[in-house]
Amino acid sequence: MSSIIHGPGAATALSTFNPVDSKKLTNLSVRSQRYIVAGSDASKKKSFGSSLTVRHSQKLIPNAAAVATKKEADTSASTGHELLLFEALQEGLEEEMDRDANVCVMGEDVGHYGGSYKVTKGLADKFGDLRVLDTPICENAFTGMAIGAAMTGLRPVIEGMNMGFLLLAFNQISNNCGMLHYTSGGQFTIPVVIRGPGGVGRQLGAEHSQRLESYFQSIPGIQMVACSTPYNAKGLMKAAIRSENPVILFEHVLLYNLKEKIPDEDYICNLEEAEMVRPGEHITILTYSRMRYHVMQAAKTLVNKGYDPEVIDIRSLKPFDLHTIGNSVKKTHRVLIVEECMRTGGIGASLTAAINENFHDYLDAPVMCLSSQDVPTPYAGTLEEWTVVQPAQIVTAVEQLCQ
Amino acid sequence: MATAFAPTKLTATLPLHGSQENRLVLPIRLAPHSSFLGSTRSLTLHSSRRLNHAHATRRSPPVVGVQEVVKEKKSINSLLITKEEGLVLYEDMILGRSFEDMCAQMYYRGKMFGFVHLYNGQEAVSTGFIKLLTKSDSVVSTYRDHVHALSKGVSARAVMSELFGKVTGCCRGQGGSMHMFSKEHNMLGGFAFIGEGIPVATGAAFSSKYRRDVLKQDCEDVTVAFFGDGTCNNGQFYECLNMAALWKLPIIFVVENNLWAIGMSHLRATSDPEIWKKGPAFGMPGVHVDGMDVLKVREVAKEAVTRARRGEGPTLVECETYRFRGHSLADPDELRDAAEKAKYAARDPIAALKKYLIENKLVKEAELKSIEKKIDELVEEAVEFADASPQPGRSQLLENVFADPKGFGIGPDGRYRCEDPKFTEGTAQV
Repeated sequence: MSSIIHGPGAATALSTFNPVDSKKLTNLSVRSQRYIVAGSDASKKKSFGSSLTVRHSQKLIPNAAAVATKKEADTSASTGHELLLFEALQEGLEEEMDRDANVCVMGEDVGHYGGSYKVTKGLADKFGDLRVLDTPICENAFTGMAIGAAMTGLRPVIEGMNMGFLLLAFNQISNNCGMLHYTSGGQFTIPVVIRGPGGVGRQLGAEHSQRLESYFQSIPGIQMVACSTPYNAKGLMKAAIRSENPVILFEHVLLYNLKEKIPDEDYICNLEEAEMVRPGEHITILTYSRMRYHVMQAAKTLVNKGYDPEVIDIRSLKPFDLHTIGNSVKKTHRVLIVEECMRTGGIGASLTAAINENFHDYLDAPVMCLSSQDVPTPYAGTLEEWTVVQPAQIVTAVEQLCQ
Repeated sequence: MATAFAPTKLTATLPLHGSQENRLVLPIRLAPHSSFLGSTRSLTLHSSRRLNHAHATRRSPPVVGVQEVVKEKKSINSLLITKEEGLVLYEDMILGRSFEDMCAQMYYRGKMFGFVHLYNGQEAVSTGFIKLLTKSDSVVSTYRDHVHALSKGVSARAVMSELFGKVTGCCRGQGGSMHMFSKEHNMLGGFAFIGEGIPVATGAAFSSKYRRDVLKQDCEDVTVAFFGDGTCNNGQFYECLNMAALWKLPIIFVVENNLWAIGMSHLRATSDPEIWKKGPAFGMPGVHVDGMDVLKVREVAKEAVTRARRGEGPTLVECETYRFRGHSLADPDELRDAAEKAKYAARDPIAALKKYLIENKLVKEAELKSIEKKIDELVEEAVEFADASPQPGRSQLLENVFADPKGFGIGPDGRYRCEDPKFTEGTAQV
């Protein structure tokens, strides 16, 4: 996967870039191969200087774990530091734990083991066994325990070792996490963060390859976000911890080793905003989490074929950022949604409905949604590959929509 | 000083009549034809007794026998309570009973709807435990929570209004009968699904421990979790017993065993119906107590609460009690045997306490009558207040869904939906 570098530098037309305002992006040359990652917390504007590197065109293996790429050009005197996505999550968590003594972590193997994906590595040594609590294997009960702790003043971060395990905690997540603030008439807040890896990995089998965002999306009272880069992983982690609402942060098993340079200073990513990955003119491609990388790979092919896709990482799965999405639809008039959820009842299905409801007049073609097959993820590598959306399908879909 | 609730020494029946016996009667186990659990059926003894014993000896320091605590008291004065305490207990139980009776009336008059579960008959458990707690201690309950809320200090007005669905209710009318919450009084609910409150209680206890051990604050708050016999077959119960014992959380698990889960008899649903035994299996003391006797409950509660405050960990207390009414106001209550009901009606906790207070010359009958009158007026006033209170307006619909209403997201116009004026009117599309 590519690494995206934020460099300092002389102000250019881009440096006045307001991450939220995508209108300014139309000034860019559509043939440009520059990709700008929006740090969408507008109050912490960074200057995107002229030293953006061109993305290395590299053949990506569709279902391989994300690997770091060689940096094309070294930006000397660069601020920021480079790290992997799981380290970014850890950094965000650690900073928030330093900042607020009420923040604690609960989950299986988060303490002494350091987390099964190493997101909590070293934290138990630093903060102690009570603040980084190794729980027994009882998702429903320890999620409920975290909720009770949140009601009485703590700010727990619950780790589901795999998001699929949270199915066991559904009672607590739905009834208590989502609804208690309302049923108590606003008396109790539940500032929990529920996080963990989900999504289709590398032949992990059906039960470890689930996408729970589709099951949780109807629960009132919760927010859901999905991270996809080290930058937004850290930002979303911190924002989620600081939020007074219960937030579910979806990470992806295959993205933990993505490498990126992130700022040294404190920053957060707005929980309710989407991220403009690549501005364009012809078609809006909405995606999130790992599919972002399949889309970007398809985008390379599309650009070579003369298309100019606008790629938006929706990041906020609940609620949808209809402003960023809407502005894009109004510009391109064509929408393709690429997601990893199942066809039935997934995030894409909801997003399709939302777009049709709000932006119907702006559409020149029906909204197309590419999702995973309604199939339990098979173990066999070939079959697994066919259950998720691949870049070739994305290219075909764009060509079809843009006829 | 270590205390020990040795499981084998349990069910100390404290003589209610203030007899001068120092030696307490200890019906250790159930004899083959005992009336344990009020059932006319005989229960066979299991070999699990042996296992229990083994467990008890393996575990780390249990709590001291209730009998020892009471013995101390007895040497000073032979009564279990003072007059002031007696009046407080009496008033609390009368409040619980009158309130629930009024609820029934109001329900049949169409002032409240849905599922309403009344607590008549079980007052001794609520009063026995909650009157020992401070304001900062927490209580977690189930759907049968009106009286727990009242005992904890939530005003009758607030509870009645909540039942009527009015804005002045403790949850602004948004919770209802099964969701009584009060931040001020640390009443953490009110849960509709059985068992789902137990982890929440465990979390509140965890907070206490965290405050003490991590934040180094002075925190002795305990949490009391109330739930029924049916819940004791639910996974969440066991998961929490494990965690509470593992981390020595300051929590007391109180089982209100009224023998019936709607129409399912406890004996038909449970392989080993003696719930208190399940405590030692997890490394905590398990105690069985007569839940129709507020003084006995209180003695057991004192010990359990003190244990928790000292950091010695959780206790499982099984209170044998009975609900005089059906499961809810919609339950015709046809399955329960009239003889069983009569048996427990004769053990009405309020009548029992009244008898104790009068026989021991702690109070005069007139004082009790005046309490009853006072409570009657209080409950009537609560109804009037609830009747006169306004219903929630449309604007309340979307409030409180999120603590931070930005959670509703950004609308197509770029503004947060909560900034939309229609949002506060409750008519916004979210």
